[in-house]
Amino acid sequence: MSRRDGGGHRRPQGSGFEASAWFFMRVSGVVLLGLAVFHLFWMHFVIGVENIDFNAVAGRWEGRWGPLWRLYDLALLVFAMAHGFNGLRYVLEDYVQRPGRRLALKSIAYTLGFLLISAGAYIIFTFDSGGV
Amino acid sequence: MSQPINLGPRSWLSYRGGSGYLLWALHRVTGLGLLLFLALHIVDIFLLAFGPAAFEHLLVLYTSPPGRLMEIFLLFGVLFHAVNGLRIIVQDLFTKSWERQRHDRLIVVQLVVFLLIFLPAAWIMFGSFLESLS
Ligand code: HEM
Ligand code: HEM
Repeated sequence: MSRRDGGGHRRPQGSGFEASAWFFMRVSGVVLLGLAVFHLFWMHFVIGVENIDFNAVAGRWEGRWGPLWRLYDLALLVFAMAHGFNGLRYVLEDYVQRPGRRLALKSIAYTLGFLLISAGAYIIFTFDSGGV
Repeated sequence: MSQPINLGPRSWLSYRGGSGYLLWALHRVTGLGLLLFLALHIVDIFLLAFGPAAFEHLLVLYTSPPGRLMEIFLLFGVLFHAVNGLRIIVQDLFTKSWERQRHDRLIVVQLVVFLLIFLPAAWIMFGSFLESLS
């Protein structure tokens, strides 16, 4: 794989894992462009950071459109984590050359990623305010 | 696979000179920064499981003055990475655009788009920061 001016990799040859990862980075990038930018905009300019509290989230996740917001947050979680962790993998492969160290760091990264995705999905599926 | 390019810490950021080098470095730094924020963010949202008190305890991170400043950085990171990433994706669809002149022109367009969105939004956020001080 080769990098180039301005960021990003040149498309890897063939149809192996690296080619799929390259393609996924572009698809997830476009998806995140919608999901993450809108999320940030909404939280900051529509709700307002000073108005966010437990009840605000309960109102979103348990309101009329609750299931849709939960689905939205789940999609944001999965795409951002997969995109971000594949990006982290690129960075590790660039800077960590020794095989042993590379394997160790990747294992730690993937374990952390797994824990974070689990925690994020857990709260999305189980959140219950106890009736507000 | 990536080539062995590791020549020690000083080489990490000096990969390839040229016009796109700064963009390459910024794309990398903002991507990693976003990932770090996302990790923190998942932890803070997870605290919802422990009830209002636990959740709202950590929200000070966002509403305090340093939190307000962090948000401006966050906006910078998301917006820069998004615009630069979109340019990369578009150039990969239209590979002729990698020709030097078109590439340079696209970078100018990209910076204009970035500033047109970033400056007004950052201005408003800076207002919230000043308010949070009083
Ligand atoms: C907002 C929409 C986004 C777009 C359009 C986008 C686009 C891209 C593109 C095109 C690449 C280059 C992939 C390659 O090397 O071939 C990339 C890399 C990366 N992205 Fe994103 N991305 C977005 C959001 C995010 C988010 C939310 C995160 C963090 C969770 C993130 C983290 C990363 C990282 C760590 C890299 C690797 C950087 C490197 O190798 O230098 N991105 N992104
Ligand atoms: C100041 C900026 C931000 C604020 C105030 C904010 C606020 C929130 C809130 C209140 C929730 C709870 C769910 C809901 O109400 O829908 C949430 C969830 C979430 N946000 Fe953000 N957000 C911000 C930036 C971001 C960014 C930049 C990303 C992407 C990298 C992101 C990704 C997520 C994800 C993935 C979830 C689901 C979390 C989980 O399942 O644990 N947020 N955010």
